[in-house]
Amino acid sequence: MKKALSLKDEISKKGTLGEVLRSQGVSRRSFMKFCATTASMMALPPAMIPMIARALENARRPSVIWLSFQECTGCTESLTRAHTSTIESLIFDAISLDYHHTLQAAAGTAAEAAREAAMEENYGKYLLIVDGSIPLDNPGYSTIAGISNLEMLTECAKGAAAIIAVGTCATYGGIPHANPNPTGAVSVEDIISDKPIVNVPGCPPIPVVITGVLAHYLTFGSLPELDHIGRPKAFYGQSIHDRCYRRPFYDKGHFAETFDDEGARKGWCLFKLGCKGPTTYNACATTKWNGGFSWPIESGHPCLGCSEPDFWDGGGFYKALSKPTENLSQTAVYATAGAVAAGAVLGALNRGKKNASNKIHIKTTIEDLRK
Amino acid sequence: MTEIELLSWARGPGLQIATIIFVAGVVIRILEILLLGRKANLAEAKGGEMSGGLRTVFTRTVPDRTTFKRSSVTIVFGYIFHIGLFVVCFFSAPHILFLKDIIGFGWPSLPTPVIDAFAVITIIALLGTLVNRLTNRVMRFLTNFEDLLTWFLTFLPVITGYVAFHRIGLTAPSLLAVHILSVELLLVIFPFTKLMHAFTLFLARWYNGAISGYKGVAS
Repeated sequence: MKKALSLKDEISKKGTLGEVLRSQGVSRRSFMKFCATTASMMALPPAMIPMIARALENARRPSVIWLSFQECTGCTESLTRAHTSTIESLIFDAISLDYHHTLQAAAGTAAEAAREAAMEENYGKYLLIVDGSIPLDNPGYSTIAGISNLEMLTECAKGAAAIIAVGTCATYGGIPHANPNPTGAVSVEDIISDKPIVNVPGCPPIPVVITGVLAHYLTFGSLPELDHIGRPKAFYGQSIHDRCYRRPFYDKGHFAETFDDEGARKGWCLFKLGCKGPTTYNACATTKWNGGFSWPIESGHPCLGCSEPDFWDGGGFYKALSKPTENLSQTAVYATAGAVAAGAVLGALNRGKKNASNKIHIKTTIEDLRK
Repeated sequence: MTEIELLSWARGPGLQIATIIFVAGVVIRILEILLLGRKANLAEAKGGEMSGGLRTVFTRTVPDRTTFKRSSVTIVFGYIFHIGLFVVCFFSAPHILFLKDIIGFGWPSLPTPVIDAFAVITIIALLGTLVNRLTNRVMRFLTNFEDLLTWFLTFLPVITGYVAFHRIGLTAPSLLAVHILSVELLLVIFPFTKLMHAFTLFLARWYNGAISGYKGVAS
């Protein structure tokens, strides 16, 4: 928190993002590297890299209000892992973050006053970032300073230039929305329909994806192109399965059957262990996690599909995608038993019908033919 | 309903409903055939029913020369798509996993490029049977709605499976959901259409062989 505060002071003194980064000891080389990564991730031509760099360097910190509703702070954690100060987190810090529960120093009335002041000063221009879902059953389930999540969201959304829903809870309801959804949790886009919304799902989302969306906004002054469920195509355009380095094993039919068999040790495909890679769209396979060090599948765990709606209710994390979610053998046994009984009854009825028609059947005799 | 919800429905309640209809339908129909019995044959037996019946179950797999000459296109395409369907259904890794979950045991899968090739061949052969059905005058005359419906509902799982594997058009969860739903549709109509031949063909062949066997003639 101390770090955030001092940074904020520095930003207000220095003004632009470029100056702040330099004062934090971020070299030009690593800054350009970040710009190049961002450009390539957004599928922009290399010629755009200097433009991104220029735009980011001169960006005049747009006011950002970050609302946290029914969430676990994992999304903020993802972005601000403190053990290495990444450019991503510095860019994030360098944005004029006027309201964020976890990161701001102010508390209580002062915190809410900061939010209201930021909203008033930047009405129509601030970015609203939301993580966490919104309970609709009872407003009392989740409140901040006595204000319900629903009220705070609708109030803050009014003056926002755009909304970035961060994390699967804010984008699709996430874990609070999971069956039986005790709080009646919904996503941001379930409530707000008159503002541009970017969904950055993931549990949590990849840090560079969050900053990539911000960088896009700072560079072009607009939001990136979105897919059919509101995700930036640049980051969520390809399935994990299609970009997975273990894909050749899937194609060859080499699978890990358990977590400790020979297949698992050899790094074979995790499809049989329930990997949701084939139905999940995210950038994990290309950007990886922890500064590009590794990612779930590389560390031997199947993809949970956390960037997809209702991933929590997707039929079991360790159940292979092609398997039925219910116990079909039991269904089949019961169906057979029922059918045998029904078949026996129908058979008896058919037999009765056959015998009855045999009985009333009049045989043609020689006499009949002579008539 | 989101696409993941649709997929969950297809993998859960959808499959349950389809399984109940399929299993109950097939069992009831076979039982009805068996329980109806056959008229007692009063003639003296000139051979065994069982040996003739069992032999014919296998010998009828090979078409006789005149039949082959008369409807070679139907037979060739028919054979290809049946073998293709068999390979694709029972040797693709996700399908084996599905079956293993139900019957409790599995077997080795074929590599996906092989399955892919079989799928393409099956699709071509199925299209071939349709073209033949529509262009051959006799076939067209004999074709009724059920023939076209069963062709379509057999073709659907193959083509949706192929499209789902290659992720063409829609996103993966929707494609997988559509593929599973198409199989469920096939399972649901199975007991009520000529698709029942997958089971009844053995009964029919056995009866044919048994009748001839009883008469002491070759079937």
